[in-house]
Amino acid sequence: MAKGVKPRVKVPKTAAAGSSITIKTLISHKMESGQRKDKKTGELIPRSIINRFTCEFNGKSVIEIDIEPAVSTNPYFQFDATVPEAGDFVFTWYDDDGSVYDATKSVAIG
Amino acid sequence: MEFSRRETIALGLGAAAMTMLPIRAFAEATADEIVADFTGGASMSDGGVTLTTPEIAENGNTVPIAVDAPGAVSVMIVATGNPTPKVAVFNFGELAASQSASTRIRLAGTQDVLAIAKMADGSFLRASSTVKVTIGGCGG
Repeated sequence: MAKGVKPRVKVPKTAAAGSSITIKTLISHKMESGQRKDKKTGELIPRSIINRFTCEFNGKSVIEIDIEPAVSTNPYFQFDATVPEAGDFVFTWYDDDGSVYDATKSVAIG
Repeated sequence: MEFSRRETIALGLGAAAMTMLPIRAFAEATADEIVADFTGGASMSDGGVTLTTPEIAENGNTVPIAVDAPGAVSVMIVATGNPTPKVAVFNFGELAASQSASTRIRLAGTQDVLAIAKMADGSFLRASSTVKVTIGGCGG
């Protein structure tokens, strides 16, 4: 259903062990709220949003967000994470239509 | 007792909301229900949570907000004047460096935005902020 969905994530390539880094994520998605009406037919356009987002580092949770239709088109999130060791951040978005989108970013210690 | 500018505006808004259409009252009730659902009816104290919103949002489709709640387990954002008031719930995991996050939300019109933080000890804190919206973001 949702077309042209593209996740984008900004994570520093390296970090000092135990330090905190800022992560920015954005996924292109129209986030149809279910409130808009089709201008031609006057019918409500059904809801189609991303309803959940998670970020994990080496299997441990950083943040988990439950998303409602009031979050804007192309949902953007910024948050801080602690990097205890080198590893991978895994970002996952869950769509209303059952699709799951993910992105992975590695961080080295240095 | 002196009122600050902010309190005066809040009072004015409250009075305005009471005199407005029933549909408005209905929306307020659902926002209250959502909050009660989140807190389990527990009382909330003000402060300890910082909710950053623009004072005036020209476009209600993308209103940047930021919330900072040190020591929180989860934070819920509620837009009291939206058709579906619940906006998002942030659950912070063990590797969250700070209990803060920012995002962009839709607002249907000028209204109060609430941030309710559930703390690690089970208590609840709240913060609210009024945003003036020039063009609503629900595409009526």
